[in-house]
Amino acid sequence: MRLDQMYQEIILDHYKHPHGRGLREPYEAEVHHVNPTCGDEVTLRVHLKGAGTEAEVADVSYDGQGCSISQAATSVLTDLVVGRTVSQAFGTMDSFVELMQGRGQVEPDEDVLEDAIAFAGVARYPARVKCALLGWMAFKDAVARANVSEADGTKVNGTEEQS
Amino acid sequence: MTTTALPLDVEAIRKDFPILARTVRDGKPLVYLDSGATSQRPRQVLDAERVFLETSNAAVHRGAHQLAEEATDAYEDARARIGAFVGVRADEVVFTKNATEGVNLVAYAMTNAATAGAESERFRVGPGDEIVVTEMEHHANLVPWQQVVQRTGATLRWFGVTDEGRLDLSNIDELINDHTKVVAFTHQSNVLGTVNPTAALVARAREVGALTVLDACQSVPHSPQDLHALGVDFAVFSGHKMLGPSGVGVLYGRHELLSVMPPFLTGGSMIEMVHMARSTFAPPPQRFEAGVPMTSQAVGLGAAVDYLSAVGMERVAEHEHRLTDAALRGLAEIPGVRVIGPTPDGDTGTVDRGGAVAFVVDGIHVHDVGQVLDDEGVAVRVGHHCAWPLHRRFGVPGTVRATFYLYNDLDDVAALLDGVRTAQRFFGTA
Repeated sequence: MRLDQMYQEIILDHYKHPHGRGLREPYEAEVHHVNPTCGDEVTLRVHLKGAGTEAEVADVSYDGQGCSISQAATSVLTDLVVGRTVSQAFGTMDSFVELMQGRGQVEPDEDVLEDAIAFAGVARYPARVKCALLGWMAFKDAVARANVSEADGTKVNGTEEQS
Repeated sequence: MTTTALPLDVEAIRKDFPILARTVRDGKPLVYLDSGATSQRPRQVLDAERVFLETSNAAVHRGAHQLAEEATDAYEDARARIGAFVGVRADEVVFTKNATEGVNLVAYAMTNAATAGAESERFRVGPGDEIVVTEMEHHANLVPWQQVVQRTGATLRWFGVTDEGRLDLSNIDELINDHTKVVAFTHQSNVLGTVNPTAALVARAREVGALTVLDACQSVPHSPQDLHALGVDFAVFSGHKMLGPSGVGVLYGRHELLSVMPPFLTGGSMIEMVHMARSTFAPPPQRFEAGVPMTSQAVGLGAAVDYLSAVGMERVAEHEHRLTDAALRGLAEIPGVRVIGPTPDGDTGTVDRGGAVAFVVDGIHVHDVGQVLDDEGVAVRVGHHCAWPLHRRFGVPGTVRATFYLYNDLDDVAALLDGVRTAQRFFGTA
């Protein structure tokens, strides 16, 4: 059944028992991203230790509402980036984005993507790719803003719509 | 479920729609319940476009060669038939790209009226003036008015929606007042299915001298309509939602209004005289059709209204009413499903209700419901359906929406209901 390819157990587990959910202090940047085609949204905070690409992603906390794919992908994100450096996190993100935009033709590397390899089936459904990337794009944006705020010592809030 | 035969012979009709015979997602028969977004096109429409392009294609309203004459005749003949289909004169039909462009055309004409001649004073909007819309509008009949008030300093106001999904008219005399310049509202909600009380709104708008703009996108394709009888000043609808091509829509305007309304897009075709420093404009509808227009699409839409007229719009409406009723009653029997919009058990029933059935399923995001339905071959729309404020009003981020047309039958309704139950089983909520 096609549904089982898309909704892998790992995805449903993350959806029902999300990791890292909830908004926490401290944080340097908070962003709010919306998927305008479906109205799903995520508010996401990042807490970095240090600055630049070698800063450590100390925490990613989030809240929002969305489908199983967007919620599970954000849950998986926290597993994959917290405790890593920004440059490692962005490397993982690049692999995830490549997987999601690969129309099901990209073979995921489990060493890099861990639970996120479960999203390979989602990549076959172009309409759902944005769902999977909602939290990841919010993370990317938040890190960029946090690094700016690090430089000038302010906390930032931002709202973006994916297009 | 009733055993009385449906008003339409769906099996015969479906033979005209080749796409409905295809399968999707590994061999599942297609159950197309997304006509509210776009309808499928019968062979008659596809043939009309192809025949036109193979025999008479030319730029209309220019050139004196035979093809130019034939193309212009085909284009104008389509205009006349489309006008007759909704009870209006040919010169009251302006072809636009779609209904969205139709609303924008009126909205920009009103802005442009600020610098146009005295004859278009009626369209001027400024500080102190009010534009009234409703909370159930499609973004196409909301955002352009937001932009008008932003450009002109006027104020936007709106009717609320009741819990049952009806327009709340309790404050109509206060909302539509002497400051009101425009009352823009949907004839039939693309989410709730609600058919709004046009007569009451038009009567009040006339009392205060406000112009009425009707979004008829979901009414004209699905029920017999006479825009003159409705008494609205303007109305818009899209070809692709009524068996016609995409890229063609209609703005209807009362002739006396169109004849004094400033243009929106300017350029070729829409002029009377052009000098280096100034120009004068053609009478309507040409004044509003700058540039070489969509032509095979207009011809195709002409064929679509012929097709619908041959089937009979009364019968189309009755047919869809039966399907809608079956869907609503079936969904009511599934625990955990909530319909957003009028239902048979509600206080206002399903009188004045069209064939859009929007619902949410407890514990399952609408996107996930849609995915399971898609897996079963059932094509519905999920999300906010370009009516985000309406969904906010009902406290939901989105809904699953099934919409019906003349090629759907009770088996399609059954497939929808089965698919919802499958989703509940898959996600373990039932």
